[in-house]
Amino acid sequence: MTDWNVVSLENGFKILLKEIHTAPLISQWVWYRVGSKDESTGQTGISHWVEHMQFKGTPQFPASVLDKAISREGGQWNAFTFLDWTTYYETMPSSKIDLALRLEADRMVNSKFTPEEVESERTVIISEREGSENEPLFLLSETMQQAAFRVHPYHHEVIGDMADLHAITRDQLFHHYQTYYQPNNAVLALAGDFNADDILARIRELYTAIPAGPKPPRLQRPEPEQPGEVRLTVEGPGETAFLQISYRAPKANDPNFHAMAVLDSLLSGPSNLNMFGGGGISNKTSRLYRAIVDKELAVSVNGGSSATIDPFMYTIMLTGHPTSHLDKALSAVDDEIARLQNEIVSQNEVARAIKQARAMFAFGVENITNQAFWLGYAEMFANYDWFTNYLENLSKVTPEDVLRVAQTYFQSRNRVVGTYSPTGEQE
Amino acid sequence: MITSHSLPGPDNVTRVALPNGINILVRPNFNSPTVTLNGYLHVGSLFDSEEKLGLADFATTSLMRGTETRSFEQIYDALETVGAHLGIASGTHTTGFSSRALVEDLGLVLELLSDCLRNPIFPPDEVERLRTQLLTGLALRAQDTGDMSSMAFDKLIFGEHPYARPDDGYPETIKTITRADLVEFHRRCFGPKEMTIAVVGAVDPTTAIEQINAVLGNWNNPQQASLPPLPEVRQLSRTVRQHIALQGKSQTDLIVGVLGPTRLAPEYLAASLGNSVLGQFGMMGRIGEVVREQSGLAYYASSSLSAGIGPGTWDVSAGVNPANLKKALELIIVELRRFVEKGVTNEELQDSQDNFVGRLPLSLESNAGVANALINIERHNLGLDYYQNYEKQVRAITPEMVLAAARKYLKPDALAIATSGPDQ
Repeated sequence: MTDWNVVSLENGFKILLKEIHTAPLISQWVWYRVGSKDESTGQTGISHWVEHMQFKGTPQFPASVLDKAISREGGQWNAFTFLDWTTYYETMPSSKIDLALRLEADRMVNSKFTPEEVESERTVIISEREGSENEPLFLLSETMQQAAFRVHPYHHEVIGDMADLHAITRDQLFHHYQTYYQPNNAVLALAGDFNADDILARIRELYTAIPAGPKPPRLQRPEPEQPGEVRLTVEGPGETAFLQISYRAPKANDPNFHAMAVLDSLLSGPSNLNMFGGGGISNKTSRLYRAIVDKELAVSVNGGSSATIDPFMYTIMLTGHPTSHLDKALSAVDDEIARLQNEIVSQNEVARAIKQARAMFAFGVENITNQAFWLGYAEMFANYDWFTNYLENLSKVTPEDVLRVAQTYFQSRNRVVGTYSPTGEQE
Repeated sequence: MITSHSLPGPDNVTRVALPNGINILVRPNFNSPTVTLNGYLHVGSLFDSEEKLGLADFATTSLMRGTETRSFEQIYDALETVGAHLGIASGTHTTGFSSRALVEDLGLVLELLSDCLRNPIFPPDEVERLRTQLLTGLALRAQDTGDMSSMAFDKLIFGEHPYARPDDGYPETIKTITRADLVEFHRRCFGPKEMTIAVVGAVDPTTAIEQINAVLGNWNNPQQASLPPLPEVRQLSRTVRQHIALQGKSQTDLIVGVLGPTRLAPEYLAASLGNSVLGQFGMMGRIGEVVREQSGLAYYASSSLSAGIGPGTWDVSAGVNPANLKKALELIIVELRRFVEKGVTNEELQDSQDNFVGRLPLSLESNAGVANALINIERHNLGLDYYQNYEKQVRAITPEMVLAAARKYLKPDALAIATSGPDQ
């Protein structure tokens, strides 16, 4: 019933199609290989701002027309900007997908970026950042990221720095758009209730006339090895402390990525890989929960990493306990890390991590939007085979791999430890 | 022909009632090897006294912390080993549970659900651990501008009505709750009377019903208490305002609104479509257009209508820079005035009607979406054919009906306005 294929147009535009006939829906995702890692100092946040401007209309689809046209058909649409990519999606009743196909082809090249819309969106994005600044965990994680990446452009948050949000110009935004929004820098993923030949013909019709652009520039600034453990403290309102521990982690297509995923399951419970639907699994029997929450050294613990082009972070986050100092929790984390580095884990524990992943994959299949998401997402850091082979590769992980990867990555010189220290000020 | 595309209805949903009062709804879907189970019992914070507010929440959260035959660790080990999820949480009127598992593990999660609902032992050390976690949650809530404005808003709207109270209580009430309170609450309030379970997934109805009957069919609690009746609540007679100061924050959250209809009020659907025009449709409707698109004042600005067994609220919320609070409030109130004076146009209404009908397949594609729909039907007694008749009902609403609903509820001179953020 399901099948998928890949086609590349002459202009370099890559198309992935997967027919799924379980519901009368189609989900389209258009992915651009541009994210916050493509931003230099002075222009942080520009990729995300361009994403906002893509909702401001083209001559053919003025802004107010777009929103209404999609909503009227009962569709769902949105966009996301990440470190490595920017993506736009529409999930529509299958009979209405043509609107979404036309819209994405149009805004690949025809967005207006009027000065008035740029100014109006500037304050919206500043407001978005201010909303994040209300959250202690944003304040902490932004500082952690800056400390973990001194050189690599993973240094800054996707939203960008306030100074740049005040300073970026209309022409800079438009230039960023023209540089990276090219068919040869994009991937279209489509899953759902369609006939692949018919819809491919329509996509060709819409995109063939768009010429390939020059190869977009990339910042080549690999992060050097950290000279030692970095520790930092952030202060802010509240009475609850947080502790974040971030290790530099393997990139998505590193052979060690899967062993790291098993380690994540054992340490802090499996990360949910589905962007839509499915939901996660609790982590109350993970090693860190037992060692830290059960022992009342912190009130919660979570952990996880992301699939990225360059090495990013494996992060453990703890919420402080009112009567126990987080130093104790940190040494309990260190004890658990040492145990993983010194004692080989059982085959049963590895098998358990694989069953957890298998269940989450099955939950993700219920949702066409999620399936189309994966079709394109995997292309951003590897290719769709990465996704289809994921469970198989996970099942190849051995206890020896887990030991070796724990020894390699969980080094104190490879991490940043940060505390959110509440000032305790009340109203 | 019944396909998985069909809207839920009498032809594809099996509904049975067990002798002990449990209602079961099953809708098969063999597209993936998974199953979702959702349901509720008539247990909620309405049972809570002022002194022990948060008791229902505390007791419910404790259910999975240990039973007569399973420890906390054994319960979660069983679930997490097979990648299943089970959660139980209480609200004002009901305690809901939800589970998601590979279909081969449906028996396991039903067994665990039954055990936790029926045989919890509230281990003293687990109760204390949980108390600390709850208190930490409340400390974080006290620093969250969204939560604080929302609590202040409910207090302004509902006054002495129990809906004014947060279901999770206050630090001082959580501290007074004893283990004996939890045991007594469970004995008195938990039982199968009018409990509902919806099962959606790769299982045939007969099997699902047999599996539920096997673990919950013999549950009885002759002493199970009924929820107290709800007192009346009146609309405000003038605009009232409250600000909760939280220093050190960058943004102020605001909520402006009124007392809304109940889910079964005759105006509910008209109000719901009107709300879509006001602050949902497209990029957050008229409110989003004015506050975000035209003025650039907020990243989020939208309206919502919440309606349940009792009256809900109809409100507009936004997050703004403290310096823009006054301007944002003015713009919102102007829109509310325009809405009750002129109502909605034919075209606006039709857009929202199309949206309500068109989004059904998307909201019903996953097992969880269908399970939520079945629970909605059962909770509000909407009839099994509700979704199959839905389009007809939506299309029957006229601009006049929307205007009448707006005028009945939205009073621009009698609003509750709650804000939380730094002082100006």
